[in-house]
Amino acid sequence: MATKKMAIIATKGTLDMAYPPFILASTAAALGYDVQIFFTFYGLQLLRKDLSNVMISPLANPAMPMPIPMPVMVQMLPGMESMATMMMKQKLKKHGVASLTELRDLCLEADVKFVACQMTVDLFEFDKSEFIKDVEYAGAAAFFGFAGETDICLFV
Amino acid sequence: MNFDKEFDASGLNCPLPILKTKKALNDMTTGQVLKVIATDCGAVKDMQAFADQTGNTLLSNTEVGGKYVFFMQKK
Repeated sequence: MATKKMAIIATKGTLDMAYPPFILASTAAALGYDVQIFFTFYGLQLLRKDLSNVMISPLANPAMPMPIPMPVMVQMLPGMESMATMMMKQKLKKHGVASLTELRDLCLEADVKFVACQMTVDLFEFDKSEFIKDVEYAGAAAFFGFAGETDICLFV
Repeated sequence: MNFDKEFDASGLNCPLPILKTKKALNDMTTGQVLKVIATDCGAVKDMQAFADQTGNTLLSNTEVGGKYVFFMQKK
């Protein structure tokens, strides 16, 4: 049986939206899939060596469960984003959910291929030296070279 | 049941029990049995799904005092 393939496009760089690509990619790899993640726009933030600045905001995120109802005016206050991020990280830890760095390492260990969108790297003037070394740089056409032959293709 | 290797995934949540099962199996040989202990109730369906998709055999799956115990035989 031919090896199954999965491609994921990761476009978000917030703490909550960083999880699905890494969870799905690492799990698919464990199931024997050949996996590639194409990081573009804000998803590029997930390639930074240091992921401690990946945050979550309660602002404009009405579905986020909060311990107490919080009016938008309060969510706007300085420090709220850091507080929400800290609370979310504590919650993840308490429930035995892996950290982003751990999941990303597990992806790399399982040979998940990371591809960064060269155009958005240029657009945001990102410094490649701030990214992990296990990244290839390519464009949309290169993505289709792999994605066109996949069994599963997801946009996150 | 006899087993060749064991690991405790208690307290770990999805997808860690599966990823660690896969890693443990990598170091084993065909026919050997891995015992996994987990507390994540989602692992019950996931371990079966992992076995179905990878060709390894889930020999047994039991709940003992709030913990789930799996015996997985390597393909």
